[in-house]
Amino acid sequence: MKMHSWGRYPVSDTTLEAPRTQEDFTQHLAALRGSDDVQAIARGMGRSYGDSALSPTVLATKRLDSFIAFDESSGLLRCAAGLTLDAILQVFMPRGWFLAVVPGTRYVSVGGAIASDVHGKNHHVDGTFCEHITELKLLLASGELVSCSRTQNAALFHATCAGMGLTGVVLEATLRLRRIHSSAIEQRTIRTNSLEETFEKFEENLDCTYSVAWLDCLATGQNTGRSLLFLGEHADDEKFITPGKRTIAVPFSSPSFLLNRYSMGLFNNLYFHKPIRAGQIQRIEAFQYFFPLDSIQHWNRLYGRQGFLQYQCVIPDEGALEGMRKILNMVSAAGKGSFLSVLKKFGPANQNLLSFPMQGYTLAMDFKFEKSILAFFDEMDRVVADHGGRLYLAKDARMSAAFFQSSYPHWERMRELRREFSADSIFHSLQSQRLGL
Amino acid sequence: MKNVLIIGANSAIAKATARHYAQQKDSLYLLARDPHQLEIQRGDLAVRGASAVECAAFDATDFASHGRLITKALETMGHFDIVLIAHGSLPDQALCESDFEATLQAFNINALSVISLLNHIIEPMRERRDGCIVVVTSVAGDRGRQSNFVYGAAKAMVSTYLQGLRGRLFHDNVCVIDIKPGFVDTPMTAHLSKGVLWAQPEQIAQRIAKGVEKRRATVYAPGFWRLIMFVVCSVPEVIFKRLKL
Repeated sequence: MKMHSWGRYPVSDTTLEAPRTQEDFTQHLAALRGSDDVQAIARGMGRSYGDSALSPTVLATKRLDSFIAFDESSGLLRCAAGLTLDAILQVFMPRGWFLAVVPGTRYVSVGGAIASDVHGKNHHVDGTFCEHITELKLLLASGELVSCSRTQNAALFHATCAGMGLTGVVLEATLRLRRIHSSAIEQRTIRTNSLEETFEKFEENLDCTYSVAWLDCLATGQNTGRSLLFLGEHADDEKFITPGKRTIAVPFSSPSFLLNRYSMGLFNNLYFHKPIRAGQIQRIEAFQYFFPLDSIQHWNRLYGRQGFLQYQCVIPDEGALEGMRKILNMVSAAGKGSFLSVLKKFGPANQNLLSFPMQGYTLAMDFKFEKSILAFFDEMDRVVADHGGRLYLAKDARMSAAFFQSSYPHWERMRELRREFSADSIFHSLQSQRLGL
Repeated sequence: MKNVLIIGANSAIAKATARHYAQQKDSLYLLARDPHQLEIQRGDLAVRGASAVECAAFDATDFASHGRLITKALETMGHFDIVLIAHGSLPDQALCESDFEATLQAFNINALSVISLLNHIIEPMRERRDGCIVVVTSVAGDRGRQSNFVYGAAKAMVSTYLQGLRGRLFHDNVCVIDIKPGFVDTPMTAHLSKGVLWAQPEQIAQRIAKGVEKRRATVYAPGFWRLIMFVVCSVPEVIFKRLKL
């Protein structure tokens, strides 16, 4: 069948298998080992943007969606890897628990969040998703099921966290939940008029648990980098609202010409000038704060049949301001740009071999797919590389092997480890092939 | 807190429904064929908030065992507020046309086992003068189609039986609900390609929960299937028999 991930680019021919239990997975794997020239990769909710969950054979974990155990005293939750963050939040938020780290959508699986080592608006305080994983169960290419943690099979653990599914299939994980005293977030919004000011405000508010800035990436000249900075803390009012499921959906791909530099410029302008009460604390529900786009199902269809690409880079602190300014200037000069451009301050990197975040700033922008975009991305790559940065594998669909290998210092260790555990005899994604992993 | 007995608990629709009631802190008793999968569900439902979860292995075609299993469930729970019967399997239509054993098996699993179970469930519900019996049938039972009439006929048998039973139990204050799903994305239909009419098991579970709450009679799931089946059933037979449906 034809399959694509969230960006709807690229589209590839795959055989989809959806085993029901851990034992089924072992059997499917045994069958794969028997046939030659196998390339398979695990896939959760398909919310990575590019080709990291695409392969000739795709092993869906969606049927492994059970909770296993929860310990109220420690907040440790054990669950199967196909369970979504949405399911966890629906069950646990009303009881006063939240995930330690959430990405911009709650419709990702636990396995997918581990494979991409996703980050959230609190990275500068709490690190990545995997930093709150205490243990995981990994199905190796050999069919062996191993437990990994920071103390047991540690090398495999740090290769699997952020490992893009390239060490095996994560079947189970234990994660630490966070106690909360309200389902709401107290949000403070700061409007900034330039990139310098945006950076200043980030640095001033480092002690704030959650912070993220929406950038007007089409603003030019003095206005370059103007933004709305959203700061958030969990509220404390002991009120818990069971999150609703009411959403709207984009029923089919809209004609992509609706998104052009004028419509996006207009949207960005209106959004930037939306009325806010500077400095005032606003109480909003956590789902609205963390997952604003989840209320529109299939929003990726807005970019039309051709799909879209997201460009997410990180640049270390030293060159961040200069690098980001260059990139934003390129984007506004080209008139490309997106509805949602997001800037975020990262804390230090972790030990996971292919983890994306590092001390610095990250910028994410969506671009409608068109032929010229690939060359444009290559140009941006050069700026990112010059400033010592790198791209997020979960968003990538086109980066060159050379850029990847020069920007991820532990990639060779990852390749060795894949060989050591024979993972390279089965587990490949289109992305891993492209990047030489 | 309600007592919910779920038969065929490993089916995707039953699983989604069990999760719904677990989150309402209800007490659950699960019967299904595969005990290993039942154990996984037991753990899952406990974390989701079920106040109690019991389970037992069950073979739909072992009619003789039904009475004992239901009695044991009743002893454990005391009474049933909701009984959901959801087991079933999609037979190979072509095989059934040439092999009567396969046809008999399809009727045993999809129809007669349900009726056997109901025989044991009716009395305790009646004595208590309260509760809901919910059975998952199919839109396939509304009209025989050449591609799927063994399955359809079995489901139609159950639907007709439920119609009668509904009247019989009306004065005992027990409601009988016939759930008719359309295409549902489950392991049973994993081999079929999916289009826009396909629903997720969670959507069906929502319809079931709402049907129980409102004590409905026949519930199409999702609701638009009522309209589709109205149209399908309105096509004159002279035309219908020529359609490759």
